[in-house]
Amino acid sequence: MSSATMKVDRREFLKGAAAGATGLVIGFYLPNRLEARAAAADPTVPFAPNAWIRIGTDDTVTLVIDKSEMGQGVMTSLSMLMAEELECDWKKIRTVFAPAAKEYANPIFGIQGTGGSTSVRGMWTPLRNAGAQAREMLIAVAAEKWGVDKAVCRAEDSQVIHTQTKQRLSYGNLAEAAGKLPVPSDVKLKDPKQFRIVGKAMKRLDSADKTCGRAEFGIDVRQPGMLHAVVARCPVIGGKVASFNADKAKAVRGVQHVVQVSGGVAIVADNTWSAMQGRGALEVKWEEGPNASLTSAAIVKMLEEGASKPGGAVARKEGDVTAGLASAVKKVEAVYQAPFLAHATMEPMNCTAHVRPDGCDVWAPTQFQGVNQMTAAKIAGLKPEQVNIHTTYLGGGFGRRAEQDFVIEALEISQAVGAPVQVTWSREDDIQHDFYRPASYSRFEAGLDAEGWPVAWSNRIACPSIMSRFFPGSVKNGLDESSVEGAADLPYAIPNILVDYQLTETGIPVGFWRSVGHSQNAFFSECFVDELAAASGKDPYEFRRRLLQKAPRHRGVLELAATKAGWGEALSAGRYRGIAVMSSFGSYVAEVAEVSVDKKSGEVQVHRVVCAVDCGRMVNPLTIEAQMQSGIVFGLTAALKGAITINKGRVEQGNFDDYQMLRVAEMPKVEVHIVPSDQPSSGIGEPGTPPIAPAVCNAIFAATRKRIRQLPIRAEQLV
Amino acid sequence: MAIQFTLNGKAQSVDVDPQMPLLWVLRDTLNLTGTKFGCGMALCGACTVHIDGEATRSCITPVSQVTGKKVLTIEGLSADVSHPVQKAWIEVDVPQCGYCQSGQIMSAAGLLAKTPRPTDADIDDAMSGNICRCGTYQRIREAIHHAAQMHAATARHDVLPEKKANNPGETRAISRLN
Repeated sequence: MSSATMKVDRREFLKGAAAGATGLVIGFYLPNRLEARAAAADPTVPFAPNAWIRIGTDDTVTLVIDKSEMGQGVMTSLSMLMAEELECDWKKIRTVFAPAAKEYANPIFGIQGTGGSTSVRGMWTPLRNAGAQAREMLIAVAAEKWGVDKAVCRAEDSQVIHTQTKQRLSYGNLAEAAGKLPVPSDVKLKDPKQFRIVGKAMKRLDSADKTCGRAEFGIDVRQPGMLHAVVARCPVIGGKVASFNADKAKAVRGVQHVVQVSGGVAIVADNTWSAMQGRGALEVKWEEGPNASLTSAAIVKMLEEGASKPGGAVARKEGDVTAGLASAVKKVEAVYQAPFLAHATMEPMNCTAHVRPDGCDVWAPTQFQGVNQMTAAKIAGLKPEQVNIHTTYLGGGFGRRAEQDFVIEALEISQAVGAPVQVTWSREDDIQHDFYRPASYSRFEAGLDAEGWPVAWSNRIACPSIMSRFFPGSVKNGLDESSVEGAADLPYAIPNILVDYQLTETGIPVGFWRSVGHSQNAFFSECFVDELAAASGKDPYEFRRRLLQKAPRHRGVLELAATKAGWGEALSAGRYRGIAVMSSFGSYVAEVAEVSVDKKSGEVQVHRVVCAVDCGRMVNPLTIEAQMQSGIVFGLTAALKGAITINKGRVEQGNFDDYQMLRVAEMPKVEVHIVPSDQPSSGIGEPGTPPIAPAVCNAIFAATRKRIRQLPIRAEQLV
Repeated sequence: MAIQFTLNGKAQSVDVDPQMPLLWVLRDTLNLTGTKFGCGMALCGACTVHIDGEATRSCITPVSQVTGKKVLTIEGLSADVSHPVQKAWIEVDVPQCGYCQSGQIMSAAGLLAKTPRPTDADIDDAMSGNICRCGTYQRIREAIHHAAQMHAATARHDVLPEKKANNPGETRAISRLN
């Protein structure tokens, strides 16, 4: 989710997210299923001092993970925060995913969900506090048993130790009595200097499950009596069912039901294959709706017109850009474009639901449990507390799983057929019915003084708005901050800056896509800065460095990346470097890409990427490295290959043959360098993505003197 | 008419549409969900299993084609996550979301069974059919080399002292992978 999401008032966000996603307008949000708390009443779990920690008499420590594990390593990072204070034996902890309950609301969103690289930022204090509460209660029980002051006791590896007699009592021995103590409200947290876990390279807790096929993703849920469904959806975005004849579909072996739902026609069968076969046989007529003749060319024209219109919503204004441009010795102008992109999580969209008259269960690979629960309650005609949300592992999220469409389908189908139903999307369904990264159009004009330093920067962005649908309340005076993040927060010292925005709807639904607005605006801004450096005849690294005098964390990562990459040093023949820097989700990332461009074919090869990241105090360097690599691959895939195009209202791509992904042979060597810091921990799931496209395009310029101003990079442009 | 094959070392019989891809028989009929659906067109490798020792995309393999053959899925690769590739994956901290990793591991195990000491080019060839959207490729490459070293170490250990650590030893170690 975007940085803009996080700036909004929490209560407003809550209302907006709910209204945007489910059509509900709510003045309250009080689902109150206290499964974790209820565990206290369970005799096998005698000690559950808060919503996150459970300790059994058998020494079992179970940590409740209230964020969705979608690859970003949150199960491990959040466990580290708890275990650091709890002083439990790391090797023996177990984890469970949290149910939907208000205790688990994301402190940054005000509702339960995972996104916006918020997990560690939001849970840093609550989870350490939860661990410390439990630790202090266990120490109190031990001290009482020994008849000594708590000060002579300390906790280590799931034991309380009497520091004088060296006696030990295991947490399991203390759990029962600890469960009878009042929970202290004010506990002392460790000094970071004493950290034994946080900041250390801890291996993931989920690797074993993910290497033997045991990890349960949404698509792996199996329930007694469960049926499998697929949905025939109108191929034209925004279209709907006009009529259908189910006879041929029902004749397919294994097909049991054919029912109309809000998103199309569902074919429900004994197994997924039969449902797919049934869908192939279904006769359906579509009402194609307002997008029936929409094309990518028409969309580009809309965006172009938007970016040509003066008087857009002002995202940033400093000084007088008109006067600045008038005073300039040299002017530079450019227009940049980025396409729609699909998320293409490896696990296609799916959800399993069982709607009953008295309750409802939803098993989902979801990023947004809080809204799922409200959605289900509304559809099933139940109270939120009658809805159980079971979060599975997510086979990728990237923002796609913050949406409700796949959950709504499962609920509607289960309700219609009166059985537990798993709805599975094919890859084509997934790519053709997404909420896409917005296509965007960015027009720049800048002026340089006699020494070649920029005196004016004007940037107008036209693109569709995510927040208008997801959270309409946040769009004020026509400004969707998620559309301009990475543009309006330009960190360079330029006296006259104007960044404005023309909200331009195209008919194509748009949504959060890893790093959101930064994903395209980094490409625009960081390439255009490079153009200014070239126009002034200055080295692009030194040019940035000088303009970042008052942005120390930007400059810190820029210098670290450049130094580690050997900026300015000779490269092997045919290789060239490009650099880019961007702050997003509280973190700062600079990347230097080393590329070659084949003179004959124009093929671009990215050989090496040196990445420097400042994400405040690091929680797990192994995870930070993995997320930087991951973000870079995500952004590089988009830069080299990604484009969703529209013809007659239909998405033209459908599978990995025409919507291609980076593969192992194309993987550059990625080196990650982490800036030591005692600043608050900030995001790592998304910030690796934005700088890679501009770093690569700037390297291509160094190699060919050709500017890439439209993604994806096309080899034919480079010959 | 039931279709019979060997699944993870045991006789298996299924009575399904013979055209049904093996993937869906494994996942929906037999509830062996470790093998994943990613594309349905053999483009992503998430569904990779071994059929008579060959890494194969189960999403486009009609179940009738495995009649009488040996099918090995991620669940059958080892009883206790002890296959060298699995150990290397954990050691190198490869998985992120993990969804593609069953397929990646089956492809890697297939590679090592034939090429015990793969070069980077061998890895590119064998693993290019497997997409990882999380971008774990760098650690996958490292883990395959690591697994190969573990093989070699195991192989040397297995060889009798008077024999040199040569191909027969390696073959023996590798044969345990299948």
